[in-house]
Amino acid sequence: MKKKFTIPTSASYAINTIVLLAIWGVITLMISSGVITNYWRGILITIGINIILATSLNLSCGYLGQLPLGHAGFMAVGAYAGAIFMKATPAAALIRSGNTLPVIPLFIIAVIISAVVAGIFGILIGIPALRLKGDYLAIITLGFGEIIRVVLTNIDSVLGFKFTYGAAGLARIPKFTSFNICYFMVILCIFIIHTFMKSRHGRAVLSIRENEIAAESVGINTTFYKTSAFVLSAMLAGVAGCLYAGYIGSLYPSTFKFMKSIEILVMVVLGGMGSMFGSVLAAIVLTALPELLRAFSDYRMVVYSLALVLMMIFRPEGLMGDYDFSLKRIIQKIVNGINKRRNGNE
Amino acid sequence: MSKTVLKCEHLRVVFGGLAPVSDFSIEVKENEIAGLIGPNGAGKTTVFNLLTGVYVPTKGKVILDGKDLEGYSTIQRSHAGIARTFQNIRLFKNVSVLDNVLIGYNHSMKYSMISSILRLPKYWREEKAAKAKALELLSVFDMQGMAKIKAGNLPYGAQRRLEIVRALATNPKLLLLDEPAAGMNPAETTALMETIRKIRDEFNIAILLIEHDMSLVMGICEEITVLNFGEVIARGTPSDIQNNPTVIEAYLGTKREE
Ligand SMILES: Nc1ncnc2c1ncn2[C@@H]1O[C@H](COP(=O)(O)OP(=O)(O)OP(=O)(O)O)[C@@H](O)[C@H]1O
Ligand SMILES: [Mg+2]
Repeated sequence: MKKKFTIPTSASYAINTIVLLAIWGVITLMISSGVITNYWRGILITIGINIILATSLNLSCGYLGQLPLGHAGFMAVGAYAGAIFMKATPAAALIRSGNTLPVIPLFIIAVIISAVVAGIFGILIGIPALRLKGDYLAIITLGFGEIIRVVLTNIDSVLGFKFTYGAAGLARIPKFTSFNICYFMVILCIFIIHTFMKSRHGRAVLSIRENEIAAESVGINTTFYKTSAFVLSAMLAGVAGCLYAGYIGSLYPSTFKFMKSIEILVMVVLGGMGSMFGSVLAAIVLTALPELLRAFSDYRMVVYSLALVLMMIFRPEGLMGDYDFSLKRIIQKIVNGINKRRNGNE
Repeated sequence: MSKTVLKCEHLRVVFGGLAPVSDFSIEVKENEIAGLIGPNGAGKTTVFNLLTGVYVPTKGKVILDGKDLEGYSTIQRSHAGIARTFQNIRLFKNVSVLDNVLIGYNHSMKYSMISSILRLPKYWREEKAAKAKALELLSVFDMQGMAKIKAGNLPYGAQRRLEIVRALATNPKLLLLDEPAAGMNPAETTALMETIRKIRDEFNIAILLIEHDMSLVMGICEEITVLNFGEVIARGTPSDIQNNPTVIEAYLGTKREE
């Protein structure tokens, strides 16, 4: 029998990089030539932000098997942290003068601040909730999401100076989130989740979802890994928040209501818990579809709920189940298929 | 003389007034296969749960390789060298057979999260080595061909074997098997006996097994401890046990002459 065709790992990394660069090139070309309007470029950025939110929630929901209900809270924390930092820098003036290059290091610092601040909140909530066995995380994150919103609304009167600008909103945030930045942040976040999951640490996270008692019996430090996955998930939500702040330009606490968390959860559940590809696909579809069906936007929540109910009945494991897209595997399958047919004809 | 791996002294646990294990002592040596038998509800699984730290004993000591394990959690006991299988199989069903074994290796692998996210050389080196080791371990049990299958899709007998392989991946000094032959047909049971002997010979560990299948227990155990109502009622070689009237009574009830 002929040896099966396999792509070496380094080559598959190269292929993926080339494909992602090609997609980026095509979209950039379409933007500069006006095929993609400003309006749709905005939607692309929103899609990118939602992809980060969905894939990061999938980490603690699909891979770790917990049910966090306050993802929007971490997004809010990241958004405000990044925005307050960026407002304190000369980023706005730089962007206005068209000198965007020095904004990039500022943006990198902002993203790191957002991730760290969201991560700290993740640790504060994760450690007490995840030490316990059972669904305490759902309740605690639900509470956290609501508390954060209330705090963001009222903290100024406690502090005695303007910090988050309460319900009036934090306005005039430098609009640093370009399509390019968003695109590469999406890839970076997906890469981080992917490499984390395809490692001994990721396997440990899966083992907890699969059987916590067995995981402990083989020496997996369950509290450590639960907290790690949850904190990473929170940090990436913070990154998404930072991108959102730099895209939208003004932040209101009411944006990060409970329904926002549910929206993200719907993406994960529809895509298939534990499938990163599913999360990406669902984030794209559920962001683009309402735009295409603008006339029915009032019914968005009805459609979401309906889709969720139908999904639970007919395909409870989600669209993609736990299938994960791999270009390498697809190419191998095609080549092996061709080889087989050719050998068969000989 | 080979050294003592496990020593238990007067273990006792009380749940709300009831003591499923009231007084349990045992010694298991390196390269020994010891058996733990007793009627249903005698407290055998509870003994395993005490040894592995799932329950905290009300009284008594567990000493592994000379070290007192008091205050050790399940996780720490695994790191100290106790591995187990479960009466009702507990595999990581939705991950591959290979990954099940690799999860067992997790503690012996050292690369950090940063190494895995940045894919540093350390990651590649350790992953490659661990994968090779896991495949080798699987091949000892004729399972290398199943490496990519999801554990939940394995046939029943293979699932039981995989649980043993996963336990061995933690590099234990003591292996606890809770009814490894449960649900197996006689041919599978015979094969399992060979497997257990092979583990003892190739891995140089102590094995303590709970089993209801007497052909297996009598066939491979050097020493058998009999538990009834949480207490040790007899201990000895298989032939001693088979002829012990207390044991016969515990299993069959009082003999009725007809
Ligand atoms: N956590 C617990 N709380 C209260 N009672 C318990 C607990 N765990 C075990 N028991 C009781 O202890 C007794 C012994 O149970 P155990 O599972 O150890 O029996 P076993 O010897 O393994 O039996 P089998 O052969 O059926 O597996 C049972 O009566 C059980 O109900
Ligand atoms: Mg039992």
